[in-house]
Amino acid sequence: MLIDRYDPLEEEMLNILDKNGKIVDPNLEPFIENDNLLKMYQTMLLAKVADIKALQYQRQGRMLTYAPNRGQEAAQVGSIAATDKNDWLVPAFRELGAWLYKGVSLEQVFLYWYGNEMGSKFPEDVKMLPVSVPIASQLNHAVGIAMASKIKREKDVAIAYVGDGGTSQGEFHEAVNFAAVFNAPVVFLIQNNQWAISVPRSVQTKSKTLAQKALAYGIPGIQVDGNDVLAVYAATKEAVERARNGEGPTIIEAVTYRLGPHTTSDDPTIYRDVSEVTEWEKKDPIDRFKKYLIDKGLWSEDKDKSKYEEYENYVGETFKKVEGSGFVPLEDIFKYTYAEMTPNLIEQYEEYKKHIGEEGA
Amino acid sequence: MALLNNIGALTHALDKEMERDSSIIVYGEDVGYEGGVFRATVGLQEKYGKDRCFDTPLSEAAIVGTAIGAAINGLKPVVEIQFSGFVLPAVNQILAHAARMRNRSRGKYNLPMVIRMPYGGGIRALEHHSESLEAIFSHIPGLKVVIPSTPYDTKGLLLSAIRDPDPVIFMEPKRIYRAFKQEVPEEDYTVPIGKAKVVKKGSDITVVTWGALVREAQKAIEEVEKEGISAELIDLRTISPIDKETIIESVKKTGRFLVVHEAVKSFGAGAELISIVNEKAFLHLEAPPTRLAGFDITVPLPRGEHHFIIEPRQIAKKIRELVKF
Ligand SMILES: Cc1ncc(C[n+]2csc(CCOP(=O)(O)OP(=O)(O)O)c2C)c(N)n1
Repeated sequence: MLIDRYDPLEEEMLNILDKNGKIVDPNLEPFIENDNLLKMYQTMLLAKVADIKALQYQRQGRMLTYAPNRGQEAAQVGSIAATDKNDWLVPAFRELGAWLYKGVSLEQVFLYWYGNEMGSKFPEDVKMLPVSVPIASQLNHAVGIAMASKIKREKDVAIAYVGDGGTSQGEFHEAVNFAAVFNAPVVFLIQNNQWAISVPRSVQTKSKTLAQKALAYGIPGIQVDGNDVLAVYAATKEAVERARNGEGPTIIEAVTYRLGPHTTSDDPTIYRDVSEVTEWEKKDPIDRFKKYLIDKGLWSEDKDKSKYEEYENYVGETFKKVEGSGFVPLEDIFKYTYAEMTPNLIEQYEEYKKHIGEEGA
Repeated sequence: MALLNNIGALTHALDKEMERDSSIIVYGEDVGYEGGVFRATVGLQEKYGKDRCFDTPLSEAAIVGTAIGAAINGLKPVVEIQFSGFVLPAVNQILAHAARMRNRSRGKYNLPMVIRMPYGGGIRALEHHSESLEAIFSHIPGLKVVIPSTPYDTKGLLLSAIRDPDPVIFMEPKRIYRAFKQEVPEEDYTVPIGKAKVVKKGSDITVVTWGALVREAQKAIEEVEKEGISAELIDLRTISPIDKETIIESVKKTGRFLVVHEAVKSFGAGAELISIVNEKAFLHLEAPPTRLAGFDITVPLPRGEHHFIIEPRQIAKKIRELVKF
């Protein structure tokens, strides 16, 4: 078991792919079907292009506030790829790669960030909760989902995401404790991207690692190189299997870096050294994975270039569609408050409809 | 005198008061080094050091809970909640402890603390960034709830809040953080908590509102004035305790009452005000006291938010209706 071998108290970190995309230790290399390796890579690439373009659109005044993911693609895709279709994804708000891999369309993702709630109405077969803007409270939902799965004697696991900042919230601790006590089949995936807006990881906790917090609750925790997609995959796979086998929850800390701003309303140059960013750029998860795939004969620079261009067009087209989606109809803002509109709401709706009928929206 | 916007007035007030009173500490998420996501506390850490202005872990319950402890132990914490939508993890601390500490300790412990938070819609924000939760706090005995709408009042009310022996929830209408500037005196002055302001005198109807909607109501009133309607505009400034006197006096004169708020309609501050008007000025009324408020829905994201936002023409329409009633 990897989880036993890397002691979070000693700051030992699982790493499988080195900076040049070479396998560090062949015994560690997880087995992943070629098709799936390519799906993982392409999802990461799409996430990257979508991110870069979303930022551009925002600067052009076409996109609203957006939370970039650059740098965290391996943490997101590596983890979700280690779960099954039937498992549940409980996101925080910065998991673009995971959502895309899970089957949420880019159009939906953009629609949400573009300010339309219909972006959170996922296809029936995508077991994913809407984005959680309040930090860390989603973790208890994941635990509840997992507990229900266990009570119903189903085998579905929940994977829940949280940031380094999120581990400071009371609910993080409550959720982990609950999960541990009830042996809930849940995996907590901490994306430690070093910053919570302007507050560095060192102001969140005095613990040496975030993974070691698991130990206080009596469950295993492992720190992995979050820019190494194979390491994230391997650790998550093991945690998911443990959960499925009735062995309970695990905390995985993916050590990564948010290359861009926290959101498009944030200016990281105020609080962060450029040199720190350039150091992390050298560890880009996508570059590493690409080299690995090229070495394996599954990919090439040419394919990469054409895929990148294809995605640029695709993202551009998708965003145009989203921009053309217009405003949310009045009915939609009332319709989802309750299963049925209350008399009070019907009155408010009718009155306002009359008002805009007379005077325009 | 300096020409300041609302954010500038906040920073200025905090700075002046921290200089004057060394027991004040200022903290919260991103508050120290960066000066807050809206830059309300910018420069304070540099000037007063990390003991008096600092970043905290991401934990609202701890921010408010420790403020209670610090206030008991002789300091005056002014803490920031990044957005009012994120005060919810701290609500247990605010409702179950801050609001009751004086009562529970039979007057032994005061809580001279301020919880600042930007609130309200109209800035095309993400989920949980637009709600107006003033009624929730106002419902709880033991808290004071203050909402400034101008730079002058921001300084004066914040200084009152910091000097107040009781916990004050200081809600800042973020839509107008940088919308306009006003002369703010350099010197020390306060605007009393619990006192509404008559923004404009009038004789046909009393319009009460607060926060960002004060300016919207002003626009509406200018519009109806052209039609010969004279409206009196009151900026409530303190939601709890409510200044009944100013309102009743006004309604007795005008005979009509309209309250406008951004928060959802049902069980809101509007209902409270109408009940006060009914109790104290019923016989003076010439039209039913009326609320114009947000719908009873989750505040929509930007692509639907325009339906939720209250515009001057809606206010004007209601004023006309009530005057013609
Ligand atoms: C309860 C709560 N408090 C504050 C915020 C405002 N906020 C949004 S993101 C953020 C930082 C989150 O940092 P982290 O958990 O490390 O995740 P990251 O954004 O770095 O992925 C803060 C303070 C929030 N969304 N929810």
